[in-house]
Amino acid sequence: MSLSVKHLLGIKELQTEDIHTIFRTADNFKQVLQRQIKKVPALRDTTVANVFFENSTRTRISFELAQKRLSADVVNFSASGSSVSKGETLIDTVNNILAMKVDMVVMRHSASGAPWFLANHIDASIINAGDGINEHPTQALLDAFSMREKLGNLKGKRIAIIGDIMHSRVALSNIYCLGKLGAEVMVAGPPTLIPKHIEGLGVRVEHDVKKALQWCEVANVLRIQLERQHKPLFSTLREYALYYGVNKQMLDSLQKEILIMHPGPINRGVEINSDVADSKQSIILDQVENGVAIRMAVIYLLSGKTGLGE
Amino acid sequence: MKTLLDTKQLDITLQRLTHQLIENHTRFEDTVLIGIQPRGVLLSDRIATLLKGITKQNIPYGKLDITFYRDDVHQGNDMHVPSQTDIPFSIEDKNVVLVDDVLHTGRTIRSAMDALIDYGRPKSVELLVLIDRRFSRELPIQPDYVGQTVDTIITQKVKVYWKEKDKKDEVVLID
Repeated sequence: MSLSVKHLLGIKELQTEDIHTIFRTADNFKQVLQRQIKKVPALRDTTVANVFFENSTRTRISFELAQKRLSADVVNFSASGSSVSKGETLIDTVNNILAMKVDMVVMRHSASGAPWFLANHIDASIINAGDGINEHPTQALLDAFSMREKLGNLKGKRIAIIGDIMHSRVALSNIYCLGKLGAEVMVAGPPTLIPKHIEGLGVRVEHDVKKALQWCEVANVLRIQLERQHKPLFSTLREYALYYGVNKQMLDSLQKEILIMHPGPINRGVEINSDVADSKQSIILDQVENGVAIRMAVIYLLSGKTGLGE
Repeated sequence: MKTLLDTKQLDITLQRLTHQLIENHTRFEDTVLIGIQPRGVLLSDRIATLLKGITKQNIPYGKLDITFYRDDVHQGNDMHVPSQTDIPFSIEDKNVVLVDDVLHTGRTIRSAMDALIDYGRPKSVELLVLIDRRFSRELPIQPDYVGQTVDTIITQKVKVYWKEKDKKDEVVLID
């Protein structure tokens, strides 16, 4: 049992079987996390560096907990307050970290493709924790894992991704991941926030959020990534909330119970209302819980590839 | 290939092991049975059934997966597929009987004891194995109940077949 890849750069490169292997392993780790002693000694001999060039709360804590639950040694690095501000290049920074005998690198970077670039230049296994507007593979895995937990096999299930599709790495990774698992995917949001020709990835496009909700069994609602929008793409947040925000009234009018997901951080009252985010239908906190098990599975499976002990 | 135990002998051996357990634990008040995944469980399933037949009581019975406790994760081998751990009771202050099919280097049992201790503090731990390859030990671990002791060299393999999974009951030594 092992993955077909040495790094987890994007879902795009994964085989469907890899995703199932990760899920099966995560099932086991989820069991470990429910015990009194939530820790196994599997990676005692592994050191992992979390290299974050962009802000993060959930992903970073989740990765760090996953590493600690596996008994790996962890070093954390964030760009602010580091030598990056003195002009050091990405390769130099990472090579310096690796020189201190680190086996694996978890990286978040604002430039799309940065992990691929790094993978070409260093030997250690790399896990992409989000690169620009490209991919966020572990988020997509934990999203699909959470859906699988509630719905079983995802083949033929209808999933709507709603919000800022254009600037969301979560959206792209989700589209790849759900596609490989055989689910039907729809993206919904204002035309300015949906990339042209996205149908080429095999997804439906809808601009009416209500219609998208009527169609789907699961709605994954995404945050408006204001920090990545360099020109105005809609007039005001209030207008966005009015036309594209998901509220309780909408959900109640559906005559069915759909699952509500959100990768966080939530902007309450913009893309999603509090009464929806905190409702029974919401599995937002299940997603966060599953994130640790999924990341344990990914790190564990990739650690077999780092060539330690050979 | 040499047969170590045929169907009949295997049955007699299992009966004997069960009776030895009863001899030592009499009423099984504080005793629990734990099989090691994946193949030790096939043996412990049998022992648990036999025990129930003789003692007419349900002895707490669990399954333990040791994948994440192995010491050879980075030895270049293909990674092992984890199985379920299912211990639906507390092992705190219990006499635990660990069950595995073949005792070889002792490393699996070392991992199992580490895994077990993450679930609580047992009063005692005993080891029951069907086959003991006595000259291959790499750690100071000895069984308390043995089906058969065999002298083997490292290149040989002992394979235990179970009706439930392999369509026959047999133990063979492969050169």
